[in-house]
Amino acid sequence: MTEDTKFHHGDAQDQKPIIRMVDIQKHFGSVIALAGVSFDLKPGECHCLLGDNGAGKSTFIKTMSGVHKPTAGEIFFEDKPMHFEDPRDAISAGIATVHQHLAMIPLMSVSRNFFMGNEPTRKVAGINFFDKKLADEITMEEMRKMGINLRGPDQAVGTLSGGERQTVAIARAVHFGAKILILDEPTSALGVRQTSNVLATIDKVRSQGVGVVFISHNVRHALAVGDRFTVLNRGQTLGTAKRGEISPEELQDLMAGGQELAQLEGSLGGTV
Amino acid sequence: MAESAQSAIGSDERIKEISPLRRALIRPELGGMVGTVAVFTFFLLFAFDSGMFTAQGAMNWSVVSAQFMIIAVGACLLMIAGEFDLSVGSMIGFAGMMIAIFSVTLSWPVWMAILVTFALCVSIGAVNGYIVVRTGLPSFIVTLAFLFILRGFTIYLPQTIERKTIIGGIRDVAEGDWLASVFGGKIGQGFFVWLGDNGLIETFERGTRAGQPVVDGIPMLLVWAAVIIIFGHVLLTKTKFGNWIFAAGGDAEAARNSGVPVNRVKILMFMFTAFCATVFATCQVMEFGSAGADRGLLKEFEAIIAVVIGGALLTGGYGSVLGAALGALIFGVVQQGLFFAGVESSLFRVFLGVILLGAVILNTYIRRIITGER
Ligand SMILES: Nc1ncnc2c1ncn2[C@@H]1O[C@H](COP(=O)(O)OP(=O)(O)OP(=O)(O)O)[C@@H](O)[C@H]1O
Ligand SMILES: [Mg+2]
Repeated sequence: MTEDTKFHHGDAQDQKPIIRMVDIQKHFGSVIALAGVSFDLKPGECHCLLGDNGAGKSTFIKTMSGVHKPTAGEIFFEDKPMHFEDPRDAISAGIATVHQHLAMIPLMSVSRNFFMGNEPTRKVAGINFFDKKLADEITMEEMRKMGINLRGPDQAVGTLSGGERQTVAIARAVHFGAKILILDEPTSALGVRQTSNVLATIDKVRSQGVGVVFISHNVRHALAVGDRFTVLNRGQTLGTAKRGEISPEELQDLMAGGQELAQLEGSLGGTV
Repeated sequence: MAESAQSAIGSDERIKEISPLRRALIRPELGGMVGTVAVFTFFLLFAFDSGMFTAQGAMNWSVVSAQFMIIAVGACLLMIAGEFDLSVGSMIGFAGMMIAIFSVTLSWPVWMAILVTFALCVSIGAVNGYIVVRTGLPSFIVTLAFLFILRGFTIYLPQTIERKTIIGGIRDVAEGDWLASVFGGKIGQGFFVWLGDNGLIETFERGTRAGQPVVDGIPMLLVWAAVIIIFGHVLLTKTKFGNWIFAAGGDAEAARNSGVPVNRVKILMFMFTAFCATVFATCQVMEFGSAGADRGLLKEFEAIIAVVIGGALLTGGYGSVLGAALGALIFGVVQQGLFFAGVESSLFRVFLGVILLGAVILNTYIRRIITGER
């Protein structure tokens, strides 16, 4: 747990939450993906959302980013009831998301993907044109900050490696996430250097007062940056723990759906 | 920017210099450009004396190409946005018939007939789009339904009202109408008279028009084609809406999650396609002075073929308006060129099929290069 000491964790307890999700349910036909999940996020904290495959983590953050409308439950954004009609509403409210499936268009260039939906414009003769030059510059700059040197802003996203693609998605969300940054398994395809870059970026935006929702299957990554940990299991919360209140082993057991990993761990020589 | 991009390339040792040829290869217009050169070379070599390259001949294939261009631009933007419109041909027939019914049968002023027809047809385009985005059905099926619905009305209405399937007499009622001349008029007459007087183009030698130039102006149809191409090209490549068109067709779900109003983009593109079809129809009606129930037959396929020759992918998300315009030019030149050369016109269809197949194969190959699939 060497990363542990690198970040100073903000104590955000006395602050009001930016977003409060109360008893959120989401049904897909007969499938109950979320059976009443409550969650809140304060400015300047990193709230980790953990849990087994199929626990409902992605579904939950999609209700937060306007992709899904909850079947039941309420969302309060800055203390006001909020109904996101579509992702565009959430984005204009300052919520940016890196989805598990990235939301990138392979045939489009990196810079066009980066600004998709939020294109910078420049007025020429009263008409708003897409400011490609500015878009290219910002894209190259943001990607460089994330530790990736792009060949050029015109490169099609389809030709990037999986990790490079993920980095573009993260850089984009960091750039547009004015209030809330949601990261759904952002480090799943990343190399060591890029992963520590992402963790450092989370720490940086947190210190600027942005609330971060971080989904990961990696306990070490979660513990490295997380301030609070909420564990989902089969569409329900198993509970929320503050940093320091829970040991890595307990957290790991919770993440596996509350089952003891000890047995498995024994047989694999403690490598899980 | 070119500089910093250049230095970025220079600084990365893992990049082979992309050869200029390969770079040119991944432009969507490539097929259209090669085709245009090939077609002109062919006809210059084999049909130079056929009259195809006289002022009159050139005007002939320009007009035909411009017709294709107008509907190809609409189909192109819609295809890049990830949808098809198979009702374009029926829409052309329908729009022309509505103008005729409004202006001749109902004796409305022609400008009003035209404006109401535009409003009606663009609304039908919106309905097409609305059904597609609401139901999630393939646009292929939804617009196929409208292909029949609109064609059915185009035959039914004049038959019931006038007991015939062609309504004429539009030229008489359109005389002096300001909006009619925007579609049916000509510009630059003075320039062509000057050209004729100075012997730069031929003039009529006999008859009532003796001394007048054989080409007496540029039809408004050509102006419309130019305006629509420039509008479409700028919209697609230079505006934020253009980025949304690419995104909506590339991956609607990803685009939506990134905040692109995908439904709005798609519906607007259906409306634009209907608008282009109506421009086509209005110019045609003003030129012929009549509306026929069979006008526009198969035009939807010709538009789609022009777009595909122009490098757009049938799967959406990739393509070029300039390419589509070149595709339409190839279309017009070959169709009229074969006519000038006295070749049996059924061979045109053979040519179409062959070139379509070639273009689709080329496009698939280009897509693999761009996305790095191989
Ligand atoms: N669009 C959908 N339609 C039907 N069922 C869905 C849909 N989306 C998710 N589900 C179901 O909801 C449950 C939760 O899925 P979700 O993607 O939220 O899991 P997750 O916690 O993100 O898992 P992972 O760690 O594998 O990403 C799953 O059982 C899944 O089958
Ligand atoms: Mg998930």
